[in-house]
Amino acid sequence: MTQEDIINLIKENVIQGRVTQDDEGLDEGMVGKPGVTELIDEALAAGIEVKDIIAKGLSAGMEIVGDKFSSGEFFIPDMLASAEAVGAAMEKLEPHLAKSGIKAKGKILIATVKGDLHDIGKNIVSILLRGAGYTVKDLGNDIEPQTIVAAVREEKPQFLGLSALLTSTMTSMQDTIEALKESGLRDGVKVIIGGAPVSEEFAKSIGADGYGSDGFQAVETVESLAAG
Amino acid sequence: MARPGVVIEPYQRLKLTQVERIHRASLEILTDPGIICFNRTAAELFADHGAEVTATGREEAPTWQLKIPERLVNEAIGSCPKTVKLGARNQDNCLVLDGAEARVHFASGSEANKWLEVDVETFVSKRDPSRETELAVFREEKGTAGRLAQAARLCERLDSWDSFLRTVNIQDEDINRDNKDVNKFFVALNNTTKHVMSGLTEITKLKSVVRMARIIAGGEDEFQKNPILSFITCVVKSPLQLVDDTTQKAIEIARLGIPLVISSSPQGGSTAPIKEEGMVAQINAEILTGITLTQMVNKGAPVLYGSVPVRTRMDNLYDSYGVPEFSQYNVDCIQMARHYGLPCYSTAGVSDVAIPSIQAAVERLFSHILVTLAGAHYVHYAFGLLERTNVFCPVQAVLDDVHIDMVKRFVRQPEVSEASITDCLTQVRKVMTTSHKLYVRFVRHALRSGGITPPYPFESKGMTDETLVLARQRLEKLLSLPAPHLGQDIIDRIFKEVPGLLPRLRNL
Repeated sequence: MTQEDIINLIKENVIQGRVTQDDEGLDEGMVGKPGVTELIDEALAAGIEVKDIIAKGLSAGMEIVGDKFSSGEFFIPDMLASAEAVGAAMEKLEPHLAKSGIKAKGKILIATVKGDLHDIGKNIVSILLRGAGYTVKDLGNDIEPQTIVAAVREEKPQFLGLSALLTSTMTSMQDTIEALKESGLRDGVKVIIGGAPVSEEFAKSIGADGYGSDGFQAVETVESLAAG
Repeated sequence: MARPGVVIEPYQRLKLTQVERIHRASLEILTDPGIICFNRTAAELFADHGAEVTATGREEAPTWQLKIPERLVNEAIGSCPKTVKLGARNQDNCLVLDGAEARVHFASGSEANKWLEVDVETFVSKRDPSRETELAVFREEKGTAGRLAQAARLCERLDSWDSFLRTVNIQDEDINRDNKDVNKFFVALNNTTKHVMSGLTEITKLKSVVRMARIIAGGEDEFQKNPILSFITCVVKSPLQLVDDTTQKAIEIARLGIPLVISSSPQGGSTAPIKEEGMVAQINAEILTGITLTQMVNKGAPVLYGSVPVRTRMDNLYDSYGVPEFSQYNVDCIQMARHYGLPCYSTAGVSDVAIPSIQAAVERLFSHILVTLAGAHYVHYAFGLLERTNVFCPVQAVLDDVHIDMVKRFVRQPEVSEASITDCLTQVRKVMTTSHKLYVRFVRHALRSGGITPPYPFESKGMTDETLVLARQRLEKLLSLPAPHLGQDIIDRIFKEVPGLLPRLRNL
């Protein structure tokens, strides 16, 4: 297989949303054939430049997925499957980014706030952000403000994503932002919030930097804040 | 190939012992008090076949009292075909109604005088004149041949609409009793490739209608094999009276062996007992009388058990289709038909209210779900009917198509197999190894195979109900598609050989 073949296969498997060889993808008969993670190993072994893997394989595939989604051919589950594949690939490539001279797109800490166990929304946002090329560190759910503060101090992310499903727990978002202020870390991180009961108005009222009404808007908000 | 309909595991409202007791009650009704008959031929047929027939009327208006023995009814049930094929111009659209299988199909019905147009107008808030909103308003028109053509074209385009049963009464100025039958059948058959069913206005026009059908089907034998049209006759006027005109039509149609619905439509509380068991015992006796008649005329003539029981409204004595009793009566009748192994023509999807509305949606969905679950083979009245059955509204029919699709998805039996369980367990195990614990990636194949119900297509996005506005847009789109007209050579032949056709309807 040539380098070009491997890159094309990576692109195709991003479109198919296949993380590993066990995934079925969209077309029939894909199970057992290498998925994105196996192909990344193959690409690295074949000496393909990391920037080519990302640009010509992962990003090119994701661009096609985006077009298909816009035209109505693809649905949200397809976008998520493809984003998951890209996220898994980026995780594999992460150790190689620095030596390849590629600057990471940005680091995001994400958590469901204290008192709230609901993490579906947060998980979807994580998949989409990874798919968009960000490094995502997921702290989990029911996370105390002080635990988040400690993680921000240690990880030094550019963004912090906070999620809540309940009206009774959304106030913990404000507590977390207050805790960041008290620890002097608030200015170093952009805080984005999301979840069923919250709104743009609520985000402004608690001093958050951004709001995402769904996973896609969350990515757009991050991209927009990253661009300054 | 035939239209698939939806196969269900039937809901049994009545226990078997109750079904059998009602059957016996019907047989008792057929001998005491028996049936009043206004048709001489039928009276003679019943007498010839061993029924007790007594002349009761005056010489100028003869009537007969029939006491129909159980043996005759049982023989008729035995000789009825248990599977009836309703053919279609496009044979993939034919319906195979098998009395032993609960496969449900949906058809329109009634012969409404009124056609309801939905217009969209912009309204300005009095409180806040800067606020405008688009709302549906309604306009009543009369049924015409042109509108019947539109309804048939709509039937052609809506997936849930399996068979076209004439929707509106054509009241054009140049339509009269003599030319109504040929023109209504021509317009319907020229605008849909699905099965066409209708009543007959004039028995003398049966020959012309059949001539037309044979030309379209490709000959007499072809029409026999692929009966692209069928008839409905309401032979009984409830309670328990064989009407002269419709009985004669049933006799003539049965003689030709064309599929025929023997329907009865008593009103619980006025022309039938209001109690469920009484209503069902009576309507069952009425339908069995009509079926027995057809089998005496022509053993093996294809018939459908046509039950249209309704309940009386106590505030105005109109029919009521929206009350739960309507569904109970119909579900019971479907069980009676199944007890005899006969294909059942049943009723659902009508509302008492005059416009598409919340009340309309609730009333029609109630009967749609229950009657479908009961496993009727041919559910008529299922599209567009409002104000009981006085109004046909094409926008409502567009809504009904979507709602019936949802009902079909709901009643479909799950396919639980070793392979499907293994597949699910693999998914569970795989997902539990991921950090996100989401099953979304496994949805993709089901999404593409149609296994997942799409979002409601007329969902309102803002704070105004846009359902009717969006349904109207869909209607316009569907009606802009070309009509599936017959070939010009066929039309030429029909116009040459079938008298009474109006030239202006040729390319309608």
